[in-house]
Parts: sequence; C-alpha cells; structure tokens
Amino acid sequence: MGENIEFKYTVENGEFQRAGEASSDVKQKLKAMGVDPSIVRKVAIAMYEGEVNMVIHANGGEITVTVDPDKIKMVLDDVGPGIPDVEKAMEPGFSTADDNVRSLGFGAGMGLPNMKKNSDNINIDTTPGKGTKITMEVDLKEA
Amino acid sequence: MDQFYHAVLLDRDKCMGCTTCLKRCPTEAIRIRQGKAKINKEFCISCGECIRVCPHHAKISDHDRIDVIKDYEYTVALPAPSLYMQFNGLEDQSLVLKALLELGFNDVYEVSAGAELVSEMSRDYIAEHKDQIEGPFINTACPSVVRLIRIRFPDLLPNILPLKPPVEVAAEMALEQAVKKTGLPREKIGIIFITPCPSKVAYARAPLGVEKSEIDNCIAIKDVYPLLLHHMKKLAGSEDADKLMSGKIGISWGARGGEATGLLTYHNYLAADGIENVIGVLEDLEDRKFRDLDFVELNACNGGCVGGVLTVENAYIAETRLKRLRKYLPVSKQRIEEGQKEMIPLERDIEFQPVYNLGTDIKESFIRLNQLERIEKSLPGLDCGTCGAPTCRALARDIVLGEASENHCIYYLKEKLRKVSDDIDGLDLSINCSQEGSLQKVRDFLGKIKEDIASLDDGKDEYEG
Repeated sequence: MGENIEFKYTVENGEFQRAGEASSDVKQKLKAMGVDPSIVRKVAIAMYEGEVNMVIHANGGEITVTVDPDKIKMVLDDVGPGIPDVEKAMEPGFSTADDNVRSLGFGAGMGLPNMKKNSDNINIDTTPGKGTKITMEVDLKEA
Repeated sequence: MDQFYHAVLLDRDKCMGCTTCLKRCPTEAIRIRQGKAKINKEFCISCGECIRVCPHHAKISDHDRIDVIKDYEYTVALPAPSLYMQFNGLEDQSLVLKALLELGFNDVYEVSAGAELVSEMSRDYIAEHKDQIEGPFINTACPSVVRLIRIRFPDLLPNILPLKPPVEVAAEMALEQAVKKTGLPREKIGIIFITPCPSKVAYARAPLGVEKSEIDNCIAIKDVYPLLLHHMKKLAGSEDADKLMSGKIGISWGARGGEATGLLTYHNYLAADGIENVIGVLEDLEDRKFRDLDFVELNACNGGCVGGVLTVENAYIAETRLKRLRKYLPVSKQRIEEGQKEMIPLERDIEFQPVYNLGTDIKESFIRLNQLERIEKSLPGLDCGTCGAPTCRALARDIVLGEASENHCIYYLKEKLRKVSDDIDGLDLSINCSQEGSLQKVRDFLGKIKEDIASLDDGKDEYEG
C-alpha cells in the first residue's frame, strides 16, 4: 500500500490573515483522495482551530499531518506558553482572547472543544512555559 | 444530453496556445495540447472566464444564432433581467419588450416575472426548512455555481435551495400560455431565452436538478442588442408600463445581491460575486466558518448576471442603470397562484460528481497522491504554464494519471540537455585517436546522444486528444 504521506507546515506567529492556509491545503489533498466529505470536514475544522490557536497563543509552531491507510494524524507542536488548565480550556465558551483577537472574529472559546468534537482521538501534552503538543487523529473509513 | 456538456467552444485557428486561459480557469479545466487549448469537460463549469480573458478571441460561447426563431411557428422571447440594463437612458423596460416583438417574436415572457415567483417560494421554503439543514441555503440561479458545488463541494449539496432557477420557471409558464393561446403542438413553439452568459446555455441543454429544460434555444444579449437598439429608436415614446409583468424584486435579480434582497424578511444573507470570490465563500462555508447565515447568494460573474460575458455594457454601469429602472416600479407584480407552487421546486437531487478524485477507490487514490507529492517536489514550482498545465501540481497530477510526462516541463528538459552535454565532455576525455576502435566508440556515442535528444521531445505529441 506504499508508505505514509506526510505534510509539514510552519505556522507563523501573529499572521491572522494566513491562519487556515495549512488546514485548507490538507483539505484539498484529502479531497483529491476521495476521502468521505464528512471526514474531510472533521479534519479541516479540527486542524483550523488548532492552527488559529497556534497563531493566537503559541507564537506559531509546526504542524505535521500524516495520512496512512487507516487514519489521518495531526501533530501540532509549539513552544508557546502552554495551557495552565487543560480541563478549563476544554469547556465550551472559555476564552482568554483579548479584544484585538475577538475583533477579528476569533476567540469565541470553541477552539479546543471543536478540536475534541471533530477528532476521534485527541491528546494534549502541555507544560506551562515550555509549549504544547496536541495530537489529533481522525479515522479514515471507506465512504 | 451529456451531463458534462459545456457551452464553451474553441476556434482552433485563432488559438495561439498561450497560457492566458490556462492560468485563469477557476477549475483547472484547461490544458494546452499540441499548441491548442483543450477543455476537460468534466471540470468545465461553463463560467466563461476563458472567453473573457482570451486575447485572441479563440474561446467562444456555444449559443444559438438569432435566426433560430424561424424554426418555429410561434416563438416566445424570455429576456433576462440583465438585458434591460444594457440600454443607456432606458426609463421603462416595456420599450425593450416591444422591440422584441418587432424583432419577430410572437410573445414575450419576462424572466424577472419567474424570478418573483421564485423569490416568494424561497421565502416560504427557507422559513419552513431552515432548521433542517446545517448552515445557510445556497441559491441555484447561477448554473456555474451549481456545477462547481457538484464537482468540488459535495458537503454543501444539501444546502442548495432546491428551487428551479427563474429562467426555467419563466420557460414553463411561457410555454403553458403559448399552448393555451395557440393550440399548437409543443415542437412548433419555440421558447427562446436571451442570455447574458454561456452558463445558462449549458443549463438549457443539460440542466441539473431538472429532467429536461423547457428552454428550446438561447441567443446572446450581445447579438440582439444592436437589433433591439434599432427598433427601440423607432418605438421611443410608445412605452406602456402597464404591460410589465415584474417589479423591483424581479428585475433586481439581474445584478449582485438582487436575489438576496428579494427575500425581504431575511437579513442574514451574504451575496458574493466573481468566481474566485465564490470559491472562497464555498471553502469557508464548507469549514463552517460562517455562523448565523440564512442565505447565500453566489454569482460566478463580477457584478452578477450583468457581468456575463455575453452582455455588452460594463457591469457596474449596468448596476447603476438598474437603480434607475427600479425607481418607479412596484415592489413585485407576481404572486404564486393555485397550481404554480408544485412547479417551482427542483425535480431531483443534484448528485456529487467526484471528478477530482485521483483514483477509483481510496487505496488507489492514496498511492497516486503519494506519487503526486513526489513528482511535485521534483518540479521547479514556478507554475509557468509552459508545460500546458496551469501549475506544477496540476502537471504532477496529469503525470500520475498518465495524461502527461515529465518531459512536458521545459526545466526538466533543460536539466536533461545539461546531462547530454556532460556526456559529451566525458567522451572527449576518453578518446584517444590512435587507439583501435575509437571511431566505433564515437559512432556509438553519437547514436546515444541522438537518442537522448530525440527522447527530449517525446510526450509532445503522444498525449493529444
């Protein structure tokens, strides 16, 4: 079946206008594979939220997407401030965004909840002051 | 009719094989093969961008000629709302309707009248079904948008407002009236749309969501414009606004935002025009980035239908004229009557056509995507178009699908030539003229170089079609 396919993206700090470029690229690639539209959407939304978080909170970072025959794995790695209280951050509506970010339409407090909702598996590895590594998996089922 | 019929043709003699249309096609449907632009019909949405941008006028719309009206015993003209906005200083569109009769049509049915029925039905439909779908409804008036969704945004198919476009509603109403009035059999009656774009031509011949369109022919606004102008000059002063079948809502469909404002009670709408903007909105809709929208109006042309490639006037001037025309019109002149309600909804679902898929199943697609990524990395990434594909990635895709070869890339060829040159240098060093068999060595080598050079040109002709 051939090796896995890997895509790497660098997310730049503070570039709100570009937030979503990586998730949009992954979306096009999954579509070309004929992945079921509902799965493509899950990946696109989960990754987009993660990407925006990296732009807002984490001074940017790296995203690695691996596609294997069974699943799509997204690893979002940053050296940002970390998440002090993951449980709280998972609550829908909880937000630390400032007015500047909110005025751009971000910061509704749905980021992490949406990432959890749209992935079949999520793992958050975070150390305050060191950074955060979020791993999300979406299962690939034949449509 | 082939469901992938497209209404854009190529005048081969005029096509220079330049990269203009190639680069501007929003669905990457064009390739240059053997020096001519070739359209992949599965990807073409008949938006007409290539017609608009071709510097050599080699791209043409496949609409009918005006003398098609001679093929019928009785003809009804269906003027698009955008037709009215082509005329400078027009105060009352009934002058246009009269001129159409002078031109030889037996009757006229305004598409804007059909539009008012669709507006009313849309209001009711959205109110009743708003909670049953995720996200807003998307309009069907622009056939290019519907075609785009069915090949590229399958996730949004449930959002398509399942009502016929106004021109179809108008065609059915016009036909019913004509049959009643004349008693003629169907084939002797010609229902003829005066179209602003090839997209509607594609719709009439290969409609989506409708079994068969009642539009028999489509003639271009640009073709009737000079003829109408001639008659309108003679008729000036004989307008009769009482004959109009539509008001503000109907004619406003001719420009961007017109359909959405005709919904009256729904203010949470978005109206986007221009195919690239439309694609951007569809991408965001697909990712559920917009919340709280009830309705999305999308038009492939800048400015809406007035921006169609078969119109004559600047789209923005036309928009200004619409405002003037609208001034003294009533809000609407149509109301859905008994029996009309059943006629307006689409007859069947619009189905996803996975033309962009790399393989027939996910396994094959996975392998091909892998190859594609590898090939793309080996290409220069300049997206120059010289290979005949719009981008390096598109060429990589064509190679994976067996429709092109790496030799199409001139940078790849340059690299190969450099290798040939290196080989010649190598030969120079290894030859010693006094040595036995050197002549044979030179001969063999020249033969090999000849083969190498010949191979550089392979693929130029083998992928025709």
